[in-house]
Amino acid sequence: MPTNTKPKLAVWKFASCDGCQLSLLDCEDELLAVAGAVEIANFPEATRALTKGPYDLSLVEGSITTSHDAERIQKVRKMSKYLITIGACATAGGIQALRNFANVTDYTNYVYASPQYIETLHKSTPIGYHVHVDFELRGCPINKMQLVEVLSAFLNGRKPNTPAYGVCVECKLKGTSCVMVAQGTPCMGPVTHAGCGAICPTFDRGCYGCFGPKETANTISLSEQFHKSGVTDEQLIRAYRSFNAGSDTFRKEGDAHERQ
Amino acid sequence: MLEPVVEIEQQVTFKQEQLQTLFTVLQKRDYQLVGPTIRDGAIAYDELNSTADLPVGWTDEQDAGRYRLASRKDAAYFGYVVGPHSWKKFLYPPVLSLWKANLQKGEVVVAPEAAEAPKYALIGVRSCELHAIAIQDKIFLQGEYTDPVYKARREKAFIVAVNCVTTGGTCFCVSMKTGPKATCGFDLALTEVIDGQRHYFVAESGSVLGAEVLAEITKQQATAEEQQDAKDLMEKAAKKMGRQLDTTGIYELLYRNVECARWENVAGRCLTCTNCTMVCPTCFCMTVVDTTDLTGQNAERTRHWDSCFTLDFSYIHGGSIRNSPKSRYRQWMTHKLAAWQDQFGTSGCVGCGRCITWCPVGIDITEEARAIRAGDKSDKATMAIKEH
Ligand code: SF4
Ligand code: SF4
Ligand code: SF4
Ligand code: SF4
Ligand code: SF4
Repeated sequence: MPTNTKPKLAVWKFASCDGCQLSLLDCEDELLAVAGAVEIANFPEATRALTKGPYDLSLVEGSITTSHDAERIQKVRKMSKYLITIGACATAGGIQALRNFANVTDYTNYVYASPQYIETLHKSTPIGYHVHVDFELRGCPINKMQLVEVLSAFLNGRKPNTPAYGVCVECKLKGTSCVMVAQGTPCMGPVTHAGCGAICPTFDRGCYGCFGPKETANTISLSEQFHKSGVTDEQLIRAYRSFNAGSDTFRKEGDAHERQ
Repeated sequence: MLEPVVEIEQQVTFKQEQLQTLFTVLQKRDYQLVGPTIRDGAIAYDELNSTADLPVGWTDEQDAGRYRLASRKDAAYFGYVVGPHSWKKFLYPPVLSLWKANLQKGEVVVAPEAAEAPKYALIGVRSCELHAIAIQDKIFLQGEYTDPVYKARREKAFIVAVNCVTTGGTCFCVSMKTGPKATCGFDLALTEVIDGQRHYFVAESGSVLGAEVLAEITKQQATAEEQQDAKDLMEKAAKKMGRQLDTTGIYELLYRNVECARWENVAGRCLTCTNCTMVCPTCFCMTVVDTTDLTGQNAERTRHWDSCFTLDFSYIHGGSIRNSPKSRYRQWMTHKLAAWQDQFGTSGCVGCGRCITWCPVGIDITEEARAIRAGDKSDKATMAIKEH
C-alpha cells in the first residue's frame, strides 16, 4: 500500500493519565501492523512527528476539565472524519469526575500551594458531552485487544465486535467460578460492560466496574444484594463513584444511596 | 456414546483403591479424563490426571445465590453434588474457532480444518446430567442439521456416571424425573458406599465398551446386602431434595400466563447477567463473531455461547425485540419449561439447580413457577394451548 493512501490516525490527550494511549504502545505484537496500516500523524506519546490535519481517525483520551480543552475538542472534531473515544475518562468523565459531586475549589485549595493559578471547570465531562462521538471504547484502561479490534474494524469498514453485555458473560465463557456466589465477594460484573475478559474475578476478586455500565444494567437489584451481604450505603456510593462515576447509570445509583 | 438401553450387567463391587485402576485403564485407552476438581473455591470440571485430583473429603453447600465448599467427615471422592460447570463445556465448547481464511492474490483461501476432536472420559456424571446430555443430543444430533463438533466429541466420549447419594440444596431431579439414579446413557455407573471401615463402589456397565473396561478391574460380585446399601443411599437422597417443582400442566400454565404480574416482579430482581443460561447444562444458544486483522488479509469466524438475556440475542433489523428484562426472563423460563416441549418433545430443565445456585441474586425457577401458579386465574380447560 503506498504511504499516501494510508488513513491518517491522530491520538489526542485531554484530562487523563495516559494509560489508554499506552495501551496502544502496549500492543507489541500488533504495533508494527498498526504502523503499517495507518499513518500515525499525531501521537505525542509515541513520536514527535506531526502531520497536519484533517485526520481520517482520531482517538481521543481524557475528559474535558478546562475551558481551553472545551475549545480544543471542537477543533479536533472539525479535523477528524471519525472520532473514537478511548477509556473511562473520555467516555464518562473519569475518576476526575468525582469533582462533580463536590466543590472543586475545596479540592484545589487542598492540593495546590497557590490555588489562585489553577483554572479549571467545575465539572469533568465526557467528550460526547461536547462533540459528536462515532464510537466509544470502554475501560480504565481500555483493553488493548479491543483497541486492535476497533482499529481493524475501522480499516476494514466493518462493525467492531465490542459487545455491550455484562462482564459475567466473559467470566462464564472462561469458566471462572462466580466470586459472588462461591465466596460472597461483592462483584459489579453483572452491571458492568464486558471487554476486559473478566480479569478481576479470574484473579479471585470482585469487578469494580472499570468498564462502566453494561446494557440495561439493573444496579438497584445488585445494590440490594450487596446490602444483604453486609455492604453499607457508604461503600455502595464509593463503588459506583469510581472511574465511571459520571456515567448516568452509576451516578444515579450512587446518588440514590446518598439520600438514604 | 449413548447407546440404546443395553441389558444392565450384574452389579459388581470394587474397593476404593480400584478407582485409580479404572482411571489408568481409561488413560491407556487414550482417554483424556475430565471431571470434578477443586478450583477457585468450587468443585469445577477440569482435566484429571489421577484420583488425587478429585475433591476427596469435600462437599458443597448450596442455596439460592450461594455456594460454599465444606469438608466432609469421610474421604468420599464424589461426596458433593453439581458445581458451576457442566459437561457441555467439553462437548459444546464455550468458545470455538470455526474457520480461518486469508487473502491470497485476491482469492479467499480457507485454512484446513482444525485438529481432531478430543477423546474425553467424563468422570462423575450425575443422573440429571445424563439427561441433560441426552437433551443436547436431540438438539445437536437430530434433524436435518447436525453439529459436527458436538458429534465428533460426543461419539468418542466415555461416560462414567455416579449415582447421587448426597443431594444439593437446590436440586430437584425427583420433580423432573431425572434422578437421582442413573438409568441409561452411561458406559459405567458407580455408587460410592462408605460404611464404617469399608469404602467401596457398586458398579454396573451400561454399554459393551463399559463392560470391557470393567473387566480390567479387580472386583467381586455385589452381595445382596451391598446392593441394598447402595439402593438405600439413593432412596434416602431422593427424599432430601432441596427444591421441588410441580410440573403438572406446566406447559399450559406458562403459555396462558404470558402476561402476568410475576414477570414484572422477577424483572425487578433479574440482572440480565446471563449466568443462569451459561451454567444450565441444556442451554444451547450460541452466536457467531466474524473478525479481520489489521491488514484485512486474514479473517476468522468464532462461535461462543450466547444467552437470551443479552440485547443482541434478539436483535433483528432495527433493534432488539426483547428490550425489557421482563421479556428476557419470560423467554428463558418459558423456553425451559414449555416451548422446549414444542421444539424437542422434552422439558428443557433437568432439575440440576445450577441456575438457582449461580444466580448472583438467587432467583429460583421453582419459586417463580410456584408464584405464577398461585396467581393463575385462567380457566384451565378452555385456555389450554396444547390442543391447537
Ligand atoms: S464473578 Fe462477577 S462477573 Fe463473574 S459471574 Fe460472578 S458476578 Fe458475574
Ligand atoms: S473485571 Fe471489572 S474492574 Fe476488573 S478490569 Fe474488568 S471491568 Fe475492570
Ligand atoms: S433450568 Fe436450571 S435447574 Fe433446570 S437444567 Fe437448567 S440450570 Fe438446571
Ligand atoms: S433459555 Fe435462552 S439461552 Fe437457554 S436455550 Fe433457551 S433461548 Fe437459549
Ligand atoms: S435470573 Fe439470575 S442468573 Fe439469570 S439473568 Fe437474571 S439475575 Fe442473572
